[in-house]
Amino acid sequence: MRTLVRSAGVAALAAALFAAALPASPAEDTAPLKTPQWSFTGVMGGFDTAALQRGFQVFDNVCAACHSLSFVAYRNLVDIGLPEAKAKEVAAAKMVTDGPNDQGEMFQRPAILADRFVPPFANENAARYAMNGAYPPDLSLIVKAREGGPDYVYSLLTGFADAPHDVTLAAGMNYNPYFPGHQIAMPPPLAEGVLDYADGTKATVDQMAKDVTQFLEWAAEPKLGERKRMGLGVMLFLLVLTGMFYAVKRAVWRDVH
Amino acid sequence: MSGSTQPSGGPTKGVLGWIEFRLPIFSFLNSSVGYAYPAPKNLSYWWNFGSLAGVALVIQILTGIVLAMHYIPTAAEAFGSVERIMRDVNYGWLLRYMHANGASMFFAVVYLHIFRGLYYGSYKYPRELLWWIGLVIFILMIATAFMGYVLPWGQMSFWAATVITNLFSAIPLVGTAIVTWFWGDFSVGDALLRRLFSLHYLLPFVIAAMAIIHLWALHQHKSNNPLGIDMKGPQDQLSFHPYYTAKDLFGLGIYLIIFAALVFYVPNSLSEPVNYVPANPLQTPPHIVPEWYLLPFYAILRAVPDKLGGVIAMAGALVVLFAVPWLDTSKVRSARFRPIFKWLFWVFVVDAIVLGIVGAHPPGGAYVPIGQIATAYYFLHFLVLMPVIGKLESPLPLPDSIATAVLAKGKR
Repeated sequence: MRTLVRSAGVAALAAALFAAALPASPAEDTAPLKTPQWSFTGVMGGFDTAALQRGFQVFDNVCAACHSLSFVAYRNLVDIGLPEAKAKEVAAAKMVTDGPNDQGEMFQRPAILADRFVPPFANENAARYAMNGAYPPDLSLIVKAREGGPDYVYSLLTGFADAPHDVTLAAGMNYNPYFPGHQIAMPPPLAEGVLDYADGTKATVDQMAKDVTQFLEWAAEPKLGERKRMGLGVMLFLLVLTGMFYAVKRAVWRDVH
Repeated sequence: MSGSTQPSGGPTKGVLGWIEFRLPIFSFLNSSVGYAYPAPKNLSYWWNFGSLAGVALVIQILTGIVLAMHYIPTAAEAFGSVERIMRDVNYGWLLRYMHANGASMFFAVVYLHIFRGLYYGSYKYPRELLWWIGLVIFILMIATAFMGYVLPWGQMSFWAATVITNLFSAIPLVGTAIVTWFWGDFSVGDALLRRLFSLHYLLPFVIAAMAIIHLWALHQHKSNNPLGIDMKGPQDQLSFHPYYTAKDLFGLGIYLIIFAALVFYVPNSLSEPVNYVPANPLQTPPHIVPEWYLLPFYAILRAVPDKLGGVIAMAGALVVLFAVPWLDTSKVRSARFRPIFKWLFWVFVVDAIVLGIVGAHPPGGAYVPIGQIATAYYFLHFLVLMPVIGKLESPLPLPDSIATAVLAKGKR
């Protein structure tokens, strides 16, 4: 048994050495991501409600002009601490098509809490037409859909720079070393002075990028806090249970050894 | 033990006795997993993975049944319905993360179970059919896992479905027709998604049935053991209950701790981020990969520079396992007494891991020759080394019995 475990260790080590000796994937030529401290990573991590609300303000003022958030509903804003009245107000600012009414007509009405975030464009074609051929992706899952998650989104938002001399940008493109291919259709979305935070926090580009990234992490994984809280209880329970199982095993086998 | 009037460990009085007389379920359980089922007294923790695989299957079926109540198997709504499960269904996130990570846990314990069988020669006489049924379960698991991976209809789902179903087009003459028949259409879409969902619901129950047959065959000749020698009498045995039920429960605790750590803290660590992008038939992801548990087979598929050849190699990697009981010419089961085979086993383990690493990377640079060498070695191990070493090697002397070996170890 002990030799078996030792051999397994040697095998694992050999494989790890092999993996380390191999070249990294050549496909990715993007810059190494910035890694800010996030409140929601780690075993005990959770969302910072104030940051989420600031992040929503950034999303609502900046991102929402081009990007949809189609898996999030206005009622979900209550979960980040917005008062219900405020969430209703946010919803009512958008119009949605409903119907048919009792005369068979479709009609426009203000959005309500039960509606999902109203997209800025009717469909992909309308978006591409307005955006010079580019399609701003839906942001509901963007953090989970990108390698590097929140670090990637933050790095991208803060990573715009002037193109190096040896790079020729295509028309309408912007240089960003974190984006695959380094050329992105999105212009730098965040700039000092685009908004004033309701809670008085200074709206620097770095602060806005952090806040909106946290908001998008929440949009992608709204049950993160609940998951980690439940996880702690489950892990403690399982550790005690497994300890008891071990004691039972020892007791049962005592007369055999 | 024969005849329902004999006391066979089942109750004879009261309600239980009334049931037992008509349906001898209590004596059946007793002789299957109870006091009346003998197991070798020297089973190590490497023998825990069979029961863990059973637990993993049950978890997959239970979570899957509830997920299926909320999932919509249409190309237009599948992705959205999974997101609704994650956001709006009570504890839907927990069910889905358990199901997705449960598949990985299932494969992990089954791989350990298979490698344990390879090390200790559990496939040898008289357990060849037991080994075969296990391999059938493994192949059914691969099919089920692939189908399940398609259901969320993300980018990787869609393109995995495209790549895997297109493998059948490598069949000469009828390949294209078979793929069209399989798709139920001329492209990967709604029709394929719906039939994969139907089969994904069906196959786990076939696996469950095969698992029962696997146990049936196991109980005929009982478990193999680390010494690889047969039980010769009561001194070599322990009753399954309470000894191995207690040992299995402790193993289950460890299993659940690892499972919970995945589900609650890193639920997306084993899957590709790009599968959170809805399927888009017009945009191929830069790099299509299967889940980790299929990577070695994916590497074998890509090692052969010809499509049909690759498919044959990949299928051959599975088929060759069926021949292992006869390819291994050694009469000694346990690698513990086989000084050369023992090392070949670990070289094979490294080879399988190398194949997995190669499968995870785009085919290019050093990965191509490494993948080809590792693939060649995979077959060399089974087709050449196993038969030849079995003949050449002189095994260490086997102990007289399990009991004497256990006692000798106890004295040391």
